[in-house]
Amino acid sequence: MATERPNPLFRNKTAKVAAIPMIATALIVFIGGTVWTIVYSFTKSGLLPRLKWVGLDQYERLWDSKRWLISIENLAIYGFLMLVLVFVIGFVLAALIDQKIRFENTIRTVILYPYAMSFVVTGLVWQWILNPEFGVQSIVRGLGWESFTFDPLYNASIAIYGVLIAGLWQGTGLVMVLMLAGLRGIDQDVWKASRVDGIPAWKTYLFIVIPMMRPVFVTALVIVVTGIVKLYDLIVAQTGGGPGIATEVPAKYVYDMMFQSQNLGQGFAASTMMLLTVAIFIVPWAIMEFGGKKRG
Amino acid sequence: MADVLTSATAAKTETALQGPQGPKPHKTFSRRNIMLYGTLIVVAVYYAIPLWIMVMTSLKGMPEIRLGNIFAPPVEITFEPWVKAWSEACTGLNCNGLSGYFWNSVQITVPSVIISIVIASVNGYALANWKFKGADVFFTILIFGAFIPYQVMLYPIVIMLREIGLYGDLGGLVIVHSIFGMPILTLLFRNYFTSLPQELFKAARVDGAGFWGIYFRVMLPMSIPIFTVAVILQVTGIWNDFLFGVVYTGPEAYPMTVALNNIVNTTQGVKEYNVNMAATILTALVPLFIYFVSGRLFVRGIAAGAVKG
Repeated sequence: MATERPNPLFRNKTAKVAAIPMIATALIVFIGGTVWTIVYSFTKSGLLPRLKWVGLDQYERLWDSKRWLISIENLAIYGFLMLVLVFVIGFVLAALIDQKIRFENTIRTVILYPYAMSFVVTGLVWQWILNPEFGVQSIVRGLGWESFTFDPLYNASIAIYGVLIAGLWQGTGLVMVLMLAGLRGIDQDVWKASRVDGIPAWKTYLFIVIPMMRPVFVTALVIVVTGIVKLYDLIVAQTGGGPGIATEVPAKYVYDMMFQSQNLGQGFAASTMMLLTVAIFIVPWAIMEFGGKKRG
Repeated sequence: MADVLTSATAAKTETALQGPQGPKPHKTFSRRNIMLYGTLIVVAVYYAIPLWIMVMTSLKGMPEIRLGNIFAPPVEITFEPWVKAWSEACTGLNCNGLSGYFWNSVQITVPSVIISIVIASVNGYALANWKFKGADVFFTILIFGAFIPYQVMLYPIVIMLREIGLYGDLGGLVIVHSIFGMPILTLLFRNYFTSLPQELFKAARVDGAGFWGIYFRVMLPMSIPIFTVAVILQVTGIWNDFLFGVVYTGPEAYPMTVALNNIVNTTQGVKEYNVNMAATILTALVPLFIYFVSGRLFVRGIAAGAVKG
């Protein structure tokens, strides 16, 4: 290969060799795996993947399945409330902590520690706290309010909110920390200027500071949304999808179809739908961020 | 101090020339402060309560749990639930407690953390300093890969692992963790290496150092903080994983999180809540320890990985 002009393929050779794991992961696992799953979602795969085409059959069955519809509904409820609440609470807490308070480290440590714990641990703790026989309900009843009922994990119509409580407890700290980092990145002159102009603090936050923190909001949003779609461990640990099928979610549907019911085709179709859901959020964001102008 | 005082008095007289400097003085018990600290204390207590309940429940005997209040500290402290959770609790048919699964998790976490960080740091370094044609394309695919729901790639990876004979094995899970750790870690390292002064790299080049020479002798020594951040991120992430553990390992090789779920959510026998909570704390211990010890670095890891990206 040692000709006058070296073959461009071999320029920077070591770097290319070093990047092989990244290239292999990107091409084989991420692209290859995704395409494979999408292709097989149009087949009649059962216990084993088989290339027997059935068109959109799997998708029709999926959308006829009551369990799938409940899964989607749960994800929508959980996702919407989680998004709104995690951002409102996370931002308000960050703004409070940003007031040059004492014991900032202690308070931040306490609010963030749940994030270090797994969803399994989170789910099990809240299963215990929300246990009507021993937990919050029994304590309030013990205080004299005999008819008090708070048993979200045993009441199918509100069970998903019991999961939401646990999810919020685990995830708010992360958003709070991100928001705090964003607030600290704001030039203090902005605050001085708005004080000179006599703008009330809440207005400064809403109309000046938050728009300036757009990048932080975008990254936090992306992290939170992908986390919501992945929601699985928390459900398995806290409710197991129950009572009945009241807290089923798409990720659990996929797992159960693939590894418990030997119904691979359904699993592939459901996971493709999950991919589509994420794409609805990610693609516009990517076009907004990277489309049009090229960033270095 | 003197500065603040003089400027405060000066401000009264000649506001036009010199504005007030330093923070506005607050009375310690102003209404604002009471509201502020009051809210924060209530919130902090709310966040702390589950940990309190976990620890208290795990130190009580079952009779006391049946009678008492989950918030109350134990009347009689017992460590039996901890011993039982560690060495006797039942997951399905075998009753050897969590100890074996703890070692499984260690055997999964240690190599996964090392492999994923080695790969990602070299990748990040190549992307930051040795850009080759097409590098950005692969990097973009990699980053988008981080957003693909894992469920989409679960089964193809089962097939790949089965082909190389590692399905159901700890080794297979290590590979899976290394793959899925790559996007965020590569981003972290790329951003860090890009932020280092380019002159260093150029000087080393002029001195004749090659790809690995610069990596080991210039970049590594300067990157201890980012490596620490990556270790923290990976250890907590991999230790806390449930989905990959349950999909890619068999009952013998289950990580601790999966075993914990099996212990607590078993339908057989009488529920022993104190043992369950002791098992839960045991599982949470490693990430909690890392979190409380690393403190600031943990926060910096999240912030660096997220805000810059």
